[in-house]
Amino acid sequence: MWKYWENIVDYLVYSLLKLEKNALTSALHFFIYDTVKIFILLSLIIFVVSFLRTYISTEKTRRILGGKNIFLGTILASILGIFTPFCSCSAIPLFIGFVEAGVPLGVTFSFLVASPMINEIAVGLLLSTFGIKIMFFYIVNGMLIAIISGNVIAYLKLEKYVEDFVFKTKVGAGLIEQKWLIKDRIKFAVDYVLDIIKKVWYYILIAIGIGGFMHGYAPAGILSKWVGEGNIFAVPIAVLIGVPLYANAAGVIPIVKELTRLGVQTGTALAFMMAVTALSLPEFIILKKVLKLRLLITYFAIIATGIILVGYLFNIIMK
Amino acid sequence: MKIEILGTGCTKCKNLFNAVQEAVKQTNISCEIEKVEDISKIMSYGVMMTPALVINGEVKSAGKVLSVDDIKKMLV
Repeated sequence: MWKYWENIVDYLVYSLLKLEKNALTSALHFFIYDTVKIFILLSLIIFVVSFLRTYISTEKTRRILGGKNIFLGTILASILGIFTPFCSCSAIPLFIGFVEAGVPLGVTFSFLVASPMINEIAVGLLLSTFGIKIMFFYIVNGMLIAIISGNVIAYLKLEKYVEDFVFKTKVGAGLIEQKWLIKDRIKFAVDYVLDIIKKVWYYILIAIGIGGFMHGYAPAGILSKWVGEGNIFAVPIAVLIGVPLYANAAGVIPIVKELTRLGVQTGTALAFMMAVTALSLPEFIILKKVLKLRLLITYFAIIATGIILVGYLFNIIMK
Repeated sequence: MKIEILGTGCTKCKNLFNAVQEAVKQTNISCEIEKVEDISKIMSYGVMMTPALVINGEVKSAGKVLSVDDIKKMLV
């Protein structure tokens, strides 16, 4: 389907505008082609996810996860996390709300890992830049990391490292669930798409712009000497760089796609994107209010280890 | 009427607070607006997604920055 679109852009740039094929026009071609493709696919993914979201409220999620056995609970939590929006400022109320309702600590953590990592912006951008296969790998591995983290935390029995006030907090009834008609759900999803696009469009355009220039001017494979197969530390370095780039999947993924063309391996790129979404400094600071340092460090160490392992695994598989 | 905006102080919470002030100004309703940042008070309403809007002690919305028009509909 995108082949037709590429032909149209070819026609537009090289025939209609009568431009010669060179680095600059190649960058322009890339920019037009990618912008339209990314915005269409991203809008589509956000629409689908936010439409489904109207069926799964946080209150419902908490009910489903409460009192389940740990293993089943962590699997469910990693799935439900995909459909729940996550803003790091909600991390504390969510954490207290879950723990108070009897959701086991491990299950709560699976949710806290999956929710920011597998979000609609990252998924939409992965689909439009890397394609469906890499998007699928990202989702499955994100879920695996969430499930494993939750089970490890449950196994280590770290409940005593949760700040005491969490268990003493009284939690009220919450939002009274309203009746949704299909047309309300569609309206919610459309509003959500517009809301997100309004918030991220300039990051995406800048990222595609940078990607476009790299596409036109930087020869394929130029980076492989430093961060390709030869460098065994490429994955952990990518994860370290990803931590401070929190919440900006929109501005990061289109550039990362170009980096893979220049020689960064797929596993390294995947690990980097996971670190951007799942490991964030602000969240670390916020969670410090409810978790004692030991649990906090354990939590981050498990996720970071998981991401690095996924990175190495894919560098081996995708050779 | 008493309106409370629950949130730990991120940009979204401030945006909701501003939208509420605008909606109140436009509808000319006399009411008391309060910003609640204390976590145990937020939890006492059972809200897990911030920002949340509470009118007369009832949670009306959670996890959303409502538009001025949406808030106006809730006020009348």
